[in-house]
This record gives sequence, C-alpha cells and structure tokens, in this order.
Amino acid sequence: MVKVVVDGIEVDVPPGSNVLQACEAAGKEVPRFCYHERLSVAGNCRMCLVEIEKAPPKPFASCAYPVNEGMVVHTDTKMVRDARRGVMEFLLINHPLDCPICDQGGECDLQDQAVGYGSDVSRYEENKRAVKDKYLGPLVKTVMTRCIHCTRCIRFSAEIAGTSEMGATARGETMEVGTYVEKALTSELSGNLIDICPVGALTSKPYAFVARPWELKKTDSIDVFDALGANIRIDARGPEVLRVLPRVNDDVNEEWLGDKSRFAIDGLKRRRLDTPWVRRNGKLEKASWADAFGAIAEKLHGLPGEKIGAVVGDLVDAEAILALKDLMGALGSENLDCRQDGAQVDRSRRDFYCFNSGVVGIEEADALLIIGSNPRRESPVLNARIKKRANLGGFPVAAIGATADLTYPCTWIGIGPETLTSLRTGSNAFADVLKNAKKPMIILGSSALARDDGAAVLAAAWALAASVGALSQEWHGFNVLQQAASRVGALDLGFVPGANGKGLGQMLGGEVDLLWLLGADELDTAKIGASTFVVYQGHHGDRGAARADVILPGAAYTEKNATYVNTEGRAQRGFAAIFPPGEARVDWRILRAFSEQIGRTLPYNDLDQLRAHLEAAHPAFGRIDAAPRFGCSDLTGPSGNPDAVSAVKFAATVANYYQTDPISRASATMQACTDTYVRPVAQAAE
Amino acid sequence: MLTDKDRIFTNLYGMHDAGLAGARARGDWDGTAAILARGRDAIIDEMKASGLRGRGGAGFPTGLKWSFMPKDIGERPHYLVVNADESEPGTCKDRDIIRHDPHKLIEGCLIASFAMGAHACYIYIRGEFANEAKRLQAAVDEAYAAGLIGKNASGSGWDFDLYVHRGAGAYICGEETALIESLEGKKGMPRLKPPFPAAVGLYGCPTTVNNVESIAVAPTILRRGASWFSGLGRPNNAGTKLFCISGHVNKPCNVEEELGIPLRELIEKHAGGVRGGWDNLLAVIPGGSSVPMLPKVICDDVLMDFDSLRAQRSGLGTAAVIVMDKSTDLIKAIARLSQFYKHESCGQCTPCREGTGWMMRMMNRMVAGRAELAEIDLLERVTKQVEGHTICALGDAAAWPIQGLIRHFRPLMEERIAAHKSRGVAMAAE
Repeated sequence: MVKVVVDGIEVDVPPGSNVLQACEAAGKEVPRFCYHERLSVAGNCRMCLVEIEKAPPKPFASCAYPVNEGMVVHTDTKMVRDARRGVMEFLLINHPLDCPICDQGGECDLQDQAVGYGSDVSRYEENKRAVKDKYLGPLVKTVMTRCIHCTRCIRFSAEIAGTSEMGATARGETMEVGTYVEKALTSELSGNLIDICPVGALTSKPYAFVARPWELKKTDSIDVFDALGANIRIDARGPEVLRVLPRVNDDVNEEWLGDKSRFAIDGLKRRRLDTPWVRRNGKLEKASWADAFGAIAEKLHGLPGEKIGAVVGDLVDAEAILALKDLMGALGSENLDCRQDGAQVDRSRRDFYCFNSGVVGIEEADALLIIGSNPRRESPVLNARIKKRANLGGFPVAAIGATADLTYPCTWIGIGPETLTSLRTGSNAFADVLKNAKKPMIILGSSALARDDGAAVLAAAWALAASVGALSQEWHGFNVLQQAASRVGALDLGFVPGANGKGLGQMLGGEVDLLWLLGADELDTAKIGASTFVVYQGHHGDRGAARADVILPGAAYTEKNATYVNTEGRAQRGFAAIFPPGEARVDWRILRAFSEQIGRTLPYNDLDQLRAHLEAAHPAFGRIDAAPRFGCSDLTGPSGNPDAVSAVKFAATVANYYQTDPISRASATMQACTDTYVRPVAQAAE
Repeated sequence: MLTDKDRIFTNLYGMHDAGLAGARARGDWDGTAAILARGRDAIIDEMKASGLRGRGGAGFPTGLKWSFMPKDIGERPHYLVVNADESEPGTCKDRDIIRHDPHKLIEGCLIASFAMGAHACYIYIRGEFANEAKRLQAAVDEAYAAGLIGKNASGSGWDFDLYVHRGAGAYICGEETALIESLEGKKGMPRLKPPFPAAVGLYGCPTTVNNVESIAVAPTILRRGASWFSGLGRPNNAGTKLFCISGHVNKPCNVEEELGIPLRELIEKHAGGVRGGWDNLLAVIPGGSSVPMLPKVICDDVLMDFDSLRAQRSGLGTAAVIVMDKSTDLIKAIARLSQFYKHESCGQCTPCREGTGWMMRMMNRMVAGRAELAEIDLLERVTKQVEGHTICALGDAAAWPIQGLIRHFRPLMEERIAAHKSRGVAMAAE
C-alpha cells in the first residue's frame, strides 16, 4: 500500500492508484467529467485538477497522475479553486444555457459541478458554438451542442460495448462526437451511453421530455429480461413506470444494463390484462374474480390430479412458482414444467444448471469455450464482462455454434456438438489451450440443451470440462448460461415433472384436461389439445392469454415484491414500484386466494410466511444477494450419455434480441428497434 | 561571431552536393563505426558533457534525455523517433537540414539509436514537406545502398533500420506524444504524462523523440568532442544553433550562430538589418510564434540563448526570429497567431479547445478596437486560465503571444479601443 496525505488526511491506497482515487479514499470530493471508474483514463476535461507538493507549481489532473509514497495532495487551495473555476468557465462558454428544456436537468454533472465549483457570472460575450444533432437510432437522443467532449461515450463503445461506433471527427473547437457515417448504434448496451454522458448530449429518446428526476419515486428491483438478474432502479410517477436505470452491483451487472431491460418498459402499459376473463361460447368475456375462480373450480371438480398440469413462464418470480407448485401438489398433480423451450436438464445437482464460475469468475478465467450460445444476445451485460476480460489480453476465446460478432476476438471451431467429442479426444487444437489454462471456462448456452440430444450435449460439455481440468477443488469452470429469469429458481424449487408426472410435450399433447399457464407465452399454443381447459395467469394479453379459457390478471415484475434466482444461482429481491393495473393482483396472492376457494388453502397468509417456505424448499432463498462460489469435488457428470450427441448443428439463438417476451413484444420502443436493427438485416438477406 | 571552422551545417544553403558523396566530402560518415565502438555509455556521457540542449523548443538537455532510456533491452524493443514535423510559424531550420544536409541527420539517427539501444528509428516528417520527404528518402536509400545503415550498419555490428514517415499536416503532431499517436496510425492527440515516452512510447515501447537539429549535430559533437561544443556559446547554453530570421529584415535567412549572440548583432550581421534601420524596429518574436514578443528596448541588448530570453519572460523556442518594424499592426499579427492556434488545437482537453477560440474571438475584436478596456484584463486572465492547465504545451503556446502583447503593448491596445469608441461617438453625433 502507498501512503498519501490528502488535505492532511493520511490514507493508504493500493500501488498503481491515481491521485483521484486517493482523494476519494480520504473522503474528498474531486469534480470530474471525463474520468469514469470503468473506462480508461482520458484526462481531457481537466476538472479534477489538484495541487501536489514537491511537484512543479501547477495543478495536476488527479485522474491521470499516479500516486507515490508520501505524496502530499491538496484539493482545496486557491490555485486548485481558481483552476477548476477556469476550466468550468471554459466548459460553459460553448455549452447552451438550455437547462430548462434539457432532460439531464436535475441529474446533470455539469449543472451540479457548475454550482459547486464554477463562477457566478458569465464573462463570455462571443457567439456560442452550435453543433448539428446526430442520429444514433431509436434509443439515444442527441443534442450535440451540449457535448463537452469528455469522450466517455467513445471509450464506452470501444471498451465496454465493443462496437467502436462512436468517435470524434475534426479537431479543436470544431471537434464533433458521432458515428462519422450516420447510423443507428448496433450495441445492445447503447442505453448506457445515456447514463455515462455527464451532460444532456446523449439522453433517452423514449423518455424525452417525460419527467424530471425529482418527480420520480425510485424503487430497487431486479431485471427479468434475461437470466443475469441485473440490479435495476425503477423510476415511477403515480401509476406509471417511466424509466429503468441500472444499479451498481459489481458482482452482477457492474453498472450496465441491456437495452431491452431499459427500454421495454413502455410495454408494461400496453396489452395489459387488467381484469379476469372467462371464455363463454367460444368468446372471452370480462368477468369478476369470483366468476373466474368459479369457472376453474367447476372444471376442477372431480378431475384427478394426473389430468391437471401447470407450466411456468420465463418472467415468473419464485414466490409464484412455489405457490403454484404447492397448489398443484394439493390437487394431486405432478405434471409440472418450467421449461417452455423443452430444455433437458439434470436437476440432481445444482451445478448442472447454474453459471458456476460466477459472473465475477469470468475476470479470473484465462481461456473460454462457448457452446451453442450467443452471450451478446442472451445476456449483453454478461457479454460485456467477457469483453472486459478479453480487453486485458491473454484470454483465448473459442465458440461452437452459429457464428456471430461477440465484440471480442473469438475463434469459431465448430458448428455442432461433434466438436465437443473432438475436443474431448484432443484432436481439436483448442483442447490444449483449455488444458494449459489455469482457470479454463466453458459456457454452455441453454438453447443447446433444448434439442433432442440436449441431455447428451449437457453430459458431453461436462465431460469436456472434466477432461480439460476445468473442474477442481478451487475452480468450477462449467457454466450454463440460462436465458429465462425464472429458470434457475424454478429448477431449485423442483418445478419439473414428478416421478410419474407429464412433461411439457405430453401436457401440450392433450394428456391433461386442465392446463395452468403461469406467464407461459413462449410455447406453441396451437399444440395444446382442443379439449384442454387452459387457465392463463399473467400480465400480458399475449399468446397464452389468446388460447385461455380463463384469464387471471397478474402482476408484472415492477408491481410485486418478488425473488428471482439468476443464472449464477444468486437469489435477489425486487420491490414493487407501482400497483398492478385494474383488477390485476400479485400472482402468489391469486393462487393463495384460489386455493382457499377450492378448500385447499395454501399454508401461508403473508409474504414472510411464503418466504419461509421458499427458504425451506431450497437454501438458495436463505442467502439473498449472495452466490457463494464452490469448486467441484465430484466430477460425476449429469445423467446423459456424452457420446450420444447428434450431428445436428447448433442453431443461432435469440433471433430478435428486442422481442423475446410478452413485455417487449408489447413495447413500441422495442418494435422500433426491431424495425431498425432486425428487419433491415432480414430484408438484406433476402 | 561563429567562425567558419566551427560550423556544423556546412551545406546549410545547398551550395554543395547534398548527396552521399558531398556529405562524405564534408566529413559526414567519417569513422562512424569508431564512434559506435566507444559504447553506449560513453556516447551518452559525451553528449551530456557537451551541454547540448534540445533544439525543438523546450531546451531539455539531450544527453540526459537519452540516458532516460532503459539500460537493457527487455522484451520490448527501443525506438528513436525524430521529430521533423517542423510546423512552428517562422521556423524553417529542419527543412534546410533535410534539404541540404540529410546525411548529418541520418548519421545522427544511427548514433543516437545505438546509444539508446534502438534498432529502428522513425523520422516523422511534416506532410507539407513533400519534396523534402523525397530528398530524405533518397538519402536514406543512398545510405542503405552504401551499407551505412541497415544490417551491420557502417560495419559496426549494429543492425539499424530507418523509416521516413510522412505526417498529414497537423501542427499538434509536432508534440512528441501526439507524434507517437499519429505514427501509430491514430488521431494526433497528445498523451497524458506520466508515463513518459522513455517508459511507454511508440507501440508501448521505450521511445525517445528528438528534434532533427538535436540529432543532426550529434555526430559532429562526438567527432570533435564535447569540450569543443561546450566551449561555444555561454554556460548552460552551449554550442551553435540554427537561427531562422524572417519578417521585416533586408535579407531573411537561416544562419548557424553561437548561442548567446546578441539579437541585434544576429539581425544586423546576417539578415542585413531591420528594414529602415534598427530604429525602425518595433518588436521581435525571438523563438517562433509560441513565445512572447520583445519590444525594441529589450531587443537592443538581449542575448539569444535559453536563459537570457527566459530572464526577459520570453524564450528561445526554435530560435525563429520574427522581426516586426514600425509598419506592423502588432495586434493584428498576434490575432493571426491566435487564429492559428485555434485552428491547430486538437480539441482533446477543455482549456485549450475552448480557450483558443475565445482568445481568437477577443483578439479579432481587439484588432478593430471593438472591445471594452476591461476586456484586456479579461483576455489576460483567460490566457492565464489556459496556461499550465492543459495536457500538452499547445495551450501555453497559444497563451504566451497574447501575454507578450499585453505585457509590452497594452497602451497600443487601449488606444485602439479608445479610437474605436470615439469613432462611435462621432458617428452617433452626426
């Protein structure tokens, strides 16, 4: 550790730190625009100037100055104050005074720091610069006259998003930040540009002129659009969710968020189920809760347990899953399934279906094999973590499956599972790379399991991990990248067919008379037997609701206190930001109420009691926010036969990142993204 | 005054053959292998002893700079980069070295590279120097063909490659780290220091960037000895220097002179005197456009070297002497320089990007007198806000000429403003 004295306060900072970090360690605020903890140092805004003793008598940019043993730093001398005031004046001379109509107003670094460190009057009498706005696609709005050239967006797109689309053209005062040839940003992380822009140059297009930050109620929650479980903050005003921002969680999403998670929220206001519906004479009609429950109870009357089935969808919280499982148990049914995609899993051990290295573990790994997955589309923020590791170098990445641009260098060594065999036998050169790595990592995409030979692929991937030394007491290098937010939680709770239970295919094939779909929209409803009575419980009028005989309006993720288990097996809790619309209710309460109606009351009356049952059902629910990482002491593989893999190539996963679930399908913003990014590609391919 | 026998650049005016044969006749490439045989440390010590200070403008001791390179060559190769991006207004010394004495530079490159453990050297030449680049490339080819550079350069056993790289005409690429960026194929924007190029330079490898003149004088210093060179000039300002005299003189010229020569002698002996006589002198910018100007009273007896000019709050810079007689509109001249710096600011850091534009606009108004008296103070404060707050020295260079103007010719600016105001009153009265 290096000892540094900041304004008389002695602090120890790690060697290689910069002066700004030392100042922060001493609790001293240092204003900055270009410096960002997760980006490379640019040192160009010159706002973080400090005075350093025994150095030339001029202020130094603290973000770019390394600490030395015994360094004495002053952050509040006359020289420093004057220098910062001077820089602030320069920043403001060409910055428009349009705060009243600027969406950044109230959460603007420039605004705040101008008050804190600037002068009180303007001395600039000349004309101000005006810059033409750029088009960056349907998500990011630009007002480039406000740009202060901190280059955060340029560094973000190159270093985090990995698309290198932003840059600066021309020089000096005429320098402009943009894409050079005007185009929509192709990154799935483009929304983060809005967060990192310290001024109002890059703002949210869908949120333009919608609200001021001080009008919003802020609620901590968990993202459900992919299985990473990014930590989010929901900003709501009255009954409306107006925006979603990432929360910092270094173990999960750092401070990034995918575009779908950020911008699909307008879908929460459209196509909502806000009242129960019952199908009468082939037509759905609005009904009361009593009517809806009555219709189901009537159908259930005398129905044996094996004729009842339940499927949970991808966005469902653990509380609702447990309540539905308990209800089915009470009804004597073992016909449960949480795998709408038909993935074959072995839930005998948790590390057969979790991301065992942990998201943080990616940064420790020194070789990576991706099998049948496109992490960029399946979880853009997790992909950014891989990109972060790749930026450091010494990280060979290979992938098997449909080629794609993953934003980091990647060798495509095969298209189908037979490559796993060649890696295991050592005939593929990448096997040696994995063997020679200290912490080799294998990521298996969940869609690689949703095939006829899914169990064999799982077993083959595990066997490969075991053979290359990815499984040891200290390091667990076998990872399944799930796509559904509900999946790990549902598997933990055992929402799969019981010993004599029917799986998804049988349930759809007409082998049950009553099918309870809990937010299940990603299955082919046309396959459901004509005589099957379908109960759809969920929040959007999507595929499942269209086929339903009774619709029970549930709550979306923003409207309930709920627990989700991410792909790492990390249980996290979100809080309700707003109330469900109309007659809609929180899902577990609907199930609890229905159970009482039919005389099989579930044994919990409030959320705490339900959560106690959750904890009893699986220990993961007892350690909220934690994902302890384990080594692997038992190399025994999952039940499939690793040699039974077929020659069918892995299909491309996630055809349209922007529309994968009922919420994003209802979102106008996601439709605009689809029109911009997905359709033109499809047209061009024709 | 420098005697002919002490001149280093004996073909400065191109009166002799610039090719290899001519260069050899003038003593270049004589015993180069023997110089290299002295060893790295001996060469660097000799350079240190000579007291040579960098000729690019900052005046940093060249031998000391060379000694900053790592002693042993590690995993990363070492590089020498020669800064031939001579863009400072008023300066044209490197141009003439490349035109007429390119072999002095090439030999210097070999010796300096050897002294720093570099097997490769890049000469980054200003984009506008199209013909000079051709001339230099021809000289490099000649040297390769003669075995003077390349594998086993000059029979010394040292492998040495020399590349000429043309810039694209940006003033900022004369800043050493911006030059490195540009050489790497990136946008020419200065890097943050530390780390300094000697630690992390071209392609992340230890690199030294030297001015053409600093490198070109090295072989002669090593041949004639450090004591010869340090015996010229004044203490701490040793040796000879190329002066570029332009502006209102009868015979603008480049000339090699001893450091510490009085400015008046320099102008009168070599440039045929100020147009209309010494008394017609108004001011001189002594070291290229970046340094503050000096009024005639100071010019009368100031000595031309680093320390004397610094004592007058100016600088030797590149030793480009810009002479302005009494017909000059000084405010307009400085306004033009402000326009230059505004145009050439890379736009990376705030004070320079925004400050150069602001200064230019105020200077433009000062030319017509369209300003308030208080704005002279404002202008000066703005220059102080830019100076010392930027990543590289371009901010300082933009601020200093204006500071020089205000320091010495403030009454002129006040007069101009008053005249403009009185015109306004007269017009209003009509």
